[in-house]
Amino acid sequence: MSRLKILALLPLAAALSGCDYVVLAPAGDIAAQQRDLVIISTVLMLLIVVPVMALTVLFAWRYRQSNTEARYEPDWDHSTKLELVIWSAPLLIIVCLGALTWMGTHLLDPYRTLGRIHADRAVDQSKAPLEVDVVALDWKWLFIYPDYGIATVNDLAAPVDRPINFRITASSVMNSFYIPALAGQIYAMPGMETKLHAVVNHAGTYKGFSANYSGAGFSGMHFDFQGLDDKGFDDWVAKAKSAGGSLGRAEYLQLEKPSQNEPVRRWGTIDADLYRLILNMCVETGKMCQSEMMAIDAKGGNGHQGLNNTLPLAYDKYARRGTALGPEPTFVAGTCTPDAPQGKTTASITAPVDTAPLLGAGLKRPSFTPLKSSSFFLGQRPKSDS
Amino acid sequence: MSPDLLKLIFGRLGFESLPLHEPIVVGTFVAVALGGAVLLGGLTYFRLWGYLWREWFTTVDHKRIGIMYMILGIVMLLRGFADALMMRGQQMLAFGGSEGYLNAHHYDQVFTAHGVIMIFFVAMPLVTGLMNYVVPLQIGARDVSFPFLNNFSFWMTVGGAVLVMASLFIGEFARTGWLAYPPLSNIGYSPDVGVDYYIWALQVAGVGTTLSGINLICTIVKLRCPGMTMMKMPVFTWTSLCTNVLIVASFPVLTVVLALLSLDRYVGTNFFTNDFGGSPMMYVNLIWIWGHPEVYILVLPAFGIFSEVTSTFSGKRLFGYTSMVYATVVITILSYLVWLHHFFTMGSGASVNSFFGITTMIISIPTGAKMFNWLFTMYRGRIRYELPMMWTIAFMLTFVIGGMTGVLLAVPPADFVLHNSLFLIAHFHNVIIGGVVFGAFAGINYWFPKAFGFKLDPFWGKMSFWFWVTGFYLAFMPLYVLGLMGVTRRLRVFDDPSLQIWFVIAAIGAVFVFIGILSMLMQFAVSFLKREQLKDVTGDPWDARTLEWATSSPPPDYNFAFTPVVHDNDAWWDMKRRGYQRPLTGFRPIHMPSSTGTGIILAGLATAMGFGLIWYIWWLAALSFIAMLAVGIGHTFNYHRDFDIPAEDVIRTEDARTKLLAGAK
Repeated sequence: MSRLKILALLPLAAALSGCDYVVLAPAGDIAAQQRDLVIISTVLMLLIVVPVMALTVLFAWRYRQSNTEARYEPDWDHSTKLELVIWSAPLLIIVCLGALTWMGTHLLDPYRTLGRIHADRAVDQSKAPLEVDVVALDWKWLFIYPDYGIATVNDLAAPVDRPINFRITASSVMNSFYIPALAGQIYAMPGMETKLHAVVNHAGTYKGFSANYSGAGFSGMHFDFQGLDDKGFDDWVAKAKSAGGSLGRAEYLQLEKPSQNEPVRRWGTIDADLYRLILNMCVETGKMCQSEMMAIDAKGGNGHQGLNNTLPLAYDKYARRGTALGPEPTFVAGTCTPDAPQGKTTASITAPVDTAPLLGAGLKRPSFTPLKSSSFFLGQRPKSDS
Repeated sequence: MSPDLLKLIFGRLGFESLPLHEPIVVGTFVAVALGGAVLLGGLTYFRLWGYLWREWFTTVDHKRIGIMYMILGIVMLLRGFADALMMRGQQMLAFGGSEGYLNAHHYDQVFTAHGVIMIFFVAMPLVTGLMNYVVPLQIGARDVSFPFLNNFSFWMTVGGAVLVMASLFIGEFARTGWLAYPPLSNIGYSPDVGVDYYIWALQVAGVGTTLSGINLICTIVKLRCPGMTMMKMPVFTWTSLCTNVLIVASFPVLTVVLALLSLDRYVGTNFFTNDFGGSPMMYVNLIWIWGHPEVYILVLPAFGIFSEVTSTFSGKRLFGYTSMVYATVVITILSYLVWLHHFFTMGSGASVNSFFGITTMIISIPTGAKMFNWLFTMYRGRIRYELPMMWTIAFMLTFVIGGMTGVLLAVPPADFVLHNSLFLIAHFHNVIIGGVVFGAFAGINYWFPKAFGFKLDPFWGKMSFWFWVTGFYLAFMPLYVLGLMGVTRRLRVFDDPSLQIWFVIAAIGAVFVFIGILSMLMQFAVSFLKREQLKDVTGDPWDARTLEWATSSPPPDYNFAFTPVVHDNDAWWDMKRRGYQRPLTGFRPIHMPSSTGTGIILAGLATAMGFGLIWYIWWLAALSFIAMLAVGIGHTFNYHRDFDIPAEDVIRTEDARTKLLAGAK
C-alpha cells in the first residue's frame, strides 16, 4: 500500500517544483481569495483525511491474518463512545468549513461589487470601475468597452488595480467566461446576463477561455487578457481606436457566424446600443426584443395575435429551426405595422391612398414611417434548408 | 425511386449517413463485423441458439439475469474504455500546432459517448447486475417480486446499449457532452441524429432501470424471509433498497426532461430554447436533479459490497451496523438537496449557492462515518487479503482523496476556479473508479464463486488489481495537477507545450488500466480453464456471514429448498455458530415463475421504435409502437406463467449436494 501513497504524492512533489499553477498563484485579488479558500479547506479536510488514511494502513497491517499477536474480537461491533467520535469529528470539520463557505460565498459572490482591490488596499473611489461587456460567440469572444466606444475580438485588457465590471452574455449556446489568473468563472448564456466583478493586481498577459464545451470550435475559443499600467491601457485603447472600422448591427451579424481560431480584431467605434440588442436577442432587423415582448406580456399580452406572432420572436441563428413535425413560425402583420391587415403579407398589399396617420386633436404626428419592403418582417436571412 | 418515396421509407437515413469517410470508424466496424460474424457463426455451429434462447434470453431467474447484466456491463466497459484511450491519445498528441488524430466531429462524439456509456451502460448494469443476483439470495427469497418485469428491464437496458452502439456505425452520436445541455443539444445547434440517438438510447434504457428499481424495492420490502426485520437485513440489501428508492424517485425526472427535450426537437415546443421564453437553465436544473442522485445510485451498492467484504474478510461483525444503516438513509435523503452544486457558476445568488454547498458538505458526515465503520470493522479483526479485501483497501485509500476534493468543489468560490476543469474530471473519476468500479470488482471477485461454483484465479486477479490501481493514480493525479494549472475539460488541442508531460503520464496510466482490464478478462478465462482446481463445493468459500452463502454454489433454480429463518444480523454466521444442520428430508414441490420471450420481444420493438424516431422513419416507429401494445396485450393472455418444480427434482438436487458436501469433508 505504501507504494500507492508515494504515487499519490508524486504530483504534489512535482507541484512544488515549478510550472504555471495559475489557480494557486493568480494575479487578481478575487482569484487570490478563491485560492486561499481552496487551500484552507484542503488543510481543514486533511485534518481528518490523513488520520483516516494512516489508520487504514495501520489497521490493515496490524490485523492481518498472519499476525496472531494482535487481539481478535469477532463479536465486538459497537461502542457508543467511538460512534460519537465517528460522527462528531467530521461534523466539527464541516461546521468550520460550512461557516467558511457561507462567508466566502457571500464575500466572493461574482455579482457583488468589490470592497477592496487587494488584501491591504481599498477601492480608489475616485476612479470609476472599467465596464466591459462580454459576448461569447461561436467560437470567439467579443469584448465591448462602452465607455471608450471600442470593441475587440479575443483581446481583453484592463488597467492594474482598477475594478472591472463584466456584463456577460452569449449569442447562441452556453459558454463559461474564465480567466484563471483574474477571477473564477461564470456562465455566458444567450438572452441572459451574468455579472462578474474582478480586479487585476499584477501586470502581465494571462490566458482566458471558455470553460464550458460549446461545439466544434471550442478548443480555439481562447484569448489573452492583459493587465496593463494606466499608460499601457491608454495606448491599448488608442490602438483599438486607430484600428478604425465600426461595429454595428450588420457587422455583428456577420461576426457572430460560426468561425474557429479567430485572430484578434478591433473596432474603433461601436453602435452604442449593440450590447443591449445582443442581450435582448434582437440584433437582426425585424426581430422583437425580449424587453419589448416582456413589456407587452406585462400589459396582458396580445391575445391570439400574440400566439400567432412567432416570427419576430424566433431566434434562429443560422437557419430556420426546422423541427421534424413542428409548425413554421408565423407573423401577424397587423401587430407589426399599422397598415398591413391581418392574414395578408405586405407583398400583396397595395398602399392606401393616404398614408397619413389618423390624428386626434392636439396630438403630435408620430415620427414613424411605415416600411414598404417585406424584409422589414423577415430580415435578411438565408433561406431555410431544413 | 422518387426522393419523396425514399424519404418516406428511410426517413433521414441514406448512404451518406454511414461514416465511410472516418477510417477509424470503418476499421472498428470491420473488426466488430468480423468478430460478430465469428461469434454468430460459432453459436450456430455449436447449435447454441436454442440453448441461449431457452435458458438465458427468456429466463426470469434473477441469477441468470444478474449474470447477463454483468456481461453487458463488461462488454460495454470495453467500448467505453476504447473511447477513453482515444481521448488520452488525442490529448497527448495535440500539442504545438498538431491537430492530433481526431477531428472535432469525431472527438466530440468520443467524449460524449465515453460518459454516456460508462455511466448508463457500464456502471449501471454492473451495479444492477450485482443487486439482481445477490439481493434475493441475501433475503432468502426464491426470485424477485416480478420476475417477468426483471427480464423485460434487462432487455430494455440492452436496447439502449444497442442504440448507442448503432450510432457508431449508422449516423453519429451526440456532440454535446454526456448531459447534452441545451441550447447546444437543441435542434438549432445539433440538427443531426446524434442527440436523437442520445435521447432514445437513454429513454429505452431508462424504462428498464426504473422498472428494475420498482422490482427490487418490492422484493426487499415484501419477500424477506421470516425473522429478517428491516434492522436485520444485510447492509448490501439496505444500500440496494436505498439505491432503488433513489432510482424510482429520480429516473422519472430524467425521462421527463429528455421527453421535453425531444418535444423541443421534434414538434417545436420551447421548453429549453433560447427564444419564446424557453429556459436552458431549467434543463440544467432538471437533469442534475436526476444526475446527482444517480451518483449515489451507483456508489451506495458499492458501499454495501465493501461492508459485506470488510466484515467477511476481517472475520468480524460489521462495526456500527445501526449507524451504517442510518448513514445510508441520510445520504439517500440528502442526495436530493445538493443538485445545484453542479452549476454554482450559472449565476445563482450567494445564499442559494452556500445552501447547496453546505448540504453537499453535510453528506460527507455520514460518508465519513461509514469510512470509520469499515476501519473499526478491521480493528481487532483477522484480515484475510483475498482479492475482494484488496479492492476494499484500495477503495478506502482512494475514495478519501476523491471525497476530499469533492468537498473542496462544494465550496462555491473554490468551485468558481475549479469548475469544469480537469480537477473536476479527476475528482469524479476518483470517486467513480475508486468507489463504484473498485466496488464492482470487489463484488465480482467476492460473489463469483457463488455464481459459478469456483473461485477466480488469484494471480491474474492481482495483476488486474495492481495495474488498475497504479493505472488509476497515473491517469488521474496528473489531471488534478492540470486542473490547478487552469486547464479545462473537453479540449481537443492545446497550445502550452509545458502541459504535454502531464497528458503523457495520464496516457501511460490509461495503458496501465487497459492492461488491468485485459488481465481481468484473462482472469475469467484462466479461472474457467482451472475451474476444477478452483472449485468450491461448500457453497461458502470465504467463511462468510450472510444468507447467500447458506445455499449451494451455484444456487439451485429455487435458491433455497426451505425458506430460511433468521435470528440475527449475520444470519448465516449465526446459523453456522449454532450448529445448523441442512434439512435432508421433507422436500416439497416448489412453485416457480416460467420463462417468457415477451421481454426480449418488447425491448426489441422499443429499440426499433427508437431507431425509427431517430431517423424520422415514421412508419417504423408507429408500427413498432402498435406491435408493442399488441404484444403487451397478448402477454396478458399468456396463462403459462408458473410451474412447480416436482419434489423429486428438489430431492435429486439436494441429495447431490449432500453427497458433494460429504465428499468435501
